[in-house]
Amino acid sequence: MLRDITLGQYYPADSPVHKLDPRVKLFGALVYIVSLFVFRGIFGFLLATIFLLFLIKICQVPFRFMVKGLKPIVILMVFTAVFNLFLTPGKQVLFHYGILTITMEGVKNAAFMLVRLTYLIVGTSVMTLTTTPNQLTDGLEKALKPLSKVGVPVHAVSMMMSIALRFIPILIEETDIIMKAQMARGADFEEGSLIVRAKNMIPLLVPLFISAFRRADDLAMAMEARCYEGGEGRSKMRPLSYRRMDYGAYLLLFSYLGGIIALRVFL
Amino acid sequence: MSIILNNVSYTYGEGTAYEMQALKNVTLKIDDGEFIGIIGHTGSGKSTLIQHLNGLMKAVSGEIYFNGRDISEEDFDRKELRTRVGLVFQYPEHQLFETTIFNDVCFGPINQGFDKNEAGLRAFEALRMAGVPEKLYYQPPFDLSGGQKRRVAIAGVLAMKPEVLILDEPTAGLDPKGRDEILDLIAGMHRAKGMTIILVSHSMEDVAKYVQRIIVMDDGQVFLDGAPREVFKYYEQLEKIGLKAPEVTYLMHDLKNRGMAVDWDATTVEEAKQSILKLFQ
Amino acid sequence: MGIIKASKLVFEYIRRDEEGNVDSIQTAVDHVDLDVNEGDFIVILGHNGSGKSTLAKQLNALLIPSEGTLWVEGKDTKERENVRDVRRTAGMVFQNPDNQIIASVVEEDVGFGPENLGVPTEEIWKRVEESLTSVGMLKFRRHSPNKLSGGQKQRVAIAGVMAMEPKCIVLDEPTAMLDPNGRREVLSAVHELNRKKGITVILITHYMEEAVDADYIYVMDEGKVVMEGLPKEIFSQVEELKRHRLDVPQATLLAYELKKAGLPLPDGILTRQELAEELERCYVNYTK
Repeated sequence: MLRDITLGQYYPADSPVHKLDPRVKLFGALVYIVSLFVFRGIFGFLLATIFLLFLIKICQVPFRFMVKGLKPIVILMVFTAVFNLFLTPGKQVLFHYGILTITMEGVKNAAFMLVRLTYLIVGTSVMTLTTTPNQLTDGLEKALKPLSKVGVPVHAVSMMMSIALRFIPILIEETDIIMKAQMARGADFEEGSLIVRAKNMIPLLVPLFISAFRRADDLAMAMEARCYEGGEGRSKMRPLSYRRMDYGAYLLLFSYLGGIIALRVFL
Repeated sequence: MSIILNNVSYTYGEGTAYEMQALKNVTLKIDDGEFIGIIGHTGSGKSTLIQHLNGLMKAVSGEIYFNGRDISEEDFDRKELRTRVGLVFQYPEHQLFETTIFNDVCFGPINQGFDKNEAGLRAFEALRMAGVPEKLYYQPPFDLSGGQKRRVAIAGVLAMKPEVLILDEPTAGLDPKGRDEILDLIAGMHRAKGMTIILVSHSMEDVAKYVQRIIVMDDGQVFLDGAPREVFKYYEQLEKIGLKAPEVTYLMHDLKNRGMAVDWDATTVEEAKQSILKLFQ
Repeated sequence: MGIIKASKLVFEYIRRDEEGNVDSIQTAVDHVDLDVNEGDFIVILGHNGSGKSTLAKQLNALLIPSEGTLWVEGKDTKERENVRDVRRTAGMVFQNPDNQIIASVVEEDVGFGPENLGVPTEEIWKRVEESLTSVGMLKFRRHSPNKLSGGQKQRVAIAGVMAMEPKCIVLDEPTAMLDPNGRREVLSAVHELNRKKGITVILITHYMEEAVDADYIYVMDEGKVVMEGLPKEIFSQVEELKRHRLDVPQATLLAYELKKAGLPLPDGILTRQELAEELERCYVNYTK
């Protein structure tokens, strides 16, 4: 059920991707997302595929594990595909019935959209699976550091993110339990109209919020007890500094993006 | 009336990397009016087992019969089953959500389809049974002490008038007095109403003192099943699966080994006391 | 003066209405005196709501006394500039294992405290390794806390405190949410820290079995210390403990019952071995 979500979960291993500076991986994910919307044509697609396969190969996370992350968004993907399939206008009509029209362009668009979404999820999950949430937020914090000069609370935001990531699985499990406990008292979360169903969520949401607040309270106290006083004066367990392999990775990323753009412009 | 489990198995995350068989061919018969204790270390399948008894989880294979009817049948009303086999989860006070205690306890009966009056009557009765002081009925449930909150949560299940009451570690986190009060309350319901009670517990001492029959779970299977005296005879086997016998059982064995003719399978302080005193008469 | 000393400590929870007027005052800690020597294993017993957790939070300067004074290694917890030193000296472990682990990987969580203290990176890693080893959790260093058992999570939390190199650990009902095996794990880890590293331990609990090996016990009720003494002295007063919503270990209870029925047993039997030996002595005398 809810536990199957792998997005945002860390998979421990000792691969070169795991060892990269999180900033490289953040940037890499960004580059990859951009590339997915830039590429055009079969060669662009091929390059994006090769790059992704290469990443999957070297990151040492079982492929099965990554694909599992796709499950929760299958509906979204199907929806997008259907949308593109029927609503893309085009000259070459393949199928026509009443208001439903499928064009060749529609098929193409739907296929590309599906590929893009799949690659997007798998590509970004390479980042989240190989980077602990703390490294990720450390990376973000350092990458966005300049913003703190203009008053953006970069440290606080990144701390919040890392705590959120830690507590999401716990709250998901808790939702599961409260749901079952209310079902044991005859609650029904599946039947009725939309309004009735929304109303039926109250016995689930109230306890969940109370629990989340209690946890937040406890956690704040535990952090205080361990001398946390905000970002000032903290040292780092993993101070971020680029190594040779990080520069190599940047080089690879830029050549990849360059390749994608070149393919689009020149082919 | 009875609950019968025939070769029931359940697997979590079937076909994924985390596949885990939580129940393996469990066969059990639970009769009307029994007071049963289920023990086993964390992850032995206790929680999965009790969620099968009221139909919250569906067996992967095997059958479960409630009063002779297979609960997996198409036309079996599983929602009704959940009200006839009441399940009180661990830390049940975490599920309270209404503005007053009284309204919260009404939640179950209203879900059953009773009108406000009948639901209210049932709530009153349940709150009284659970020993919640009347002056608290219209207070918000969140300000109560831990022990009181737990009584309210138990009342929330009692209000559905279940025939079978299952409680998953109802004393977790309570202090000694609070623990005794809750256990006495449960034992009282068994005595007075003849309710079938299934108590999941980590405390061998509590189980030995209160229940008539113990089901020991290990690795998703029924490891032992019998009266406390019978089950705790096998304390060496119990230790192998991460459990223990009550302290007094060890003491009685020790005394016997020292050449004292005591009743060595005593499991409660009272039994041990009587047996030791007999020596000195 | 011991490592922790409290003199006439009072803590009041003050509730205010919307206008800020005092609505009610609840005295959670009421004139408590404590004196804890370095290296001691102290247990504070009390039922839920007896004020023991409020007391614990003051030991860590999470709460500041309303009246009276509390010194941690000679430093008054009321002074703002002492807070950091107080928290470094007396680390704190809480009840709910999930709600005190901050990071998503065990070793990163253990490093959180030293990071806050500004310890240099290399030194952090040394401390993380040492403290995980001291609670037997080193092989789980790269694991996610979510995949650990309750007992293991609590040991990680203890390691997180140990990495700050405290002299004293305050544990506020660390076993209340654990199963018997988890409880044993945590307790033996704490005893080992006390024995091998000389860490002062203040364990707050309502499980009587956990108090049997203590050097000294305080019993709290309604915010006051109502009993104090050696385990033997405390557990020989069965009726008194019951009045404070507590009980005694089974062996002690049985000894007490047998004594009441006329057997010549000594007071304050704590373990079943002791009871068996005493009963054998009685029996030999009797059969003579």
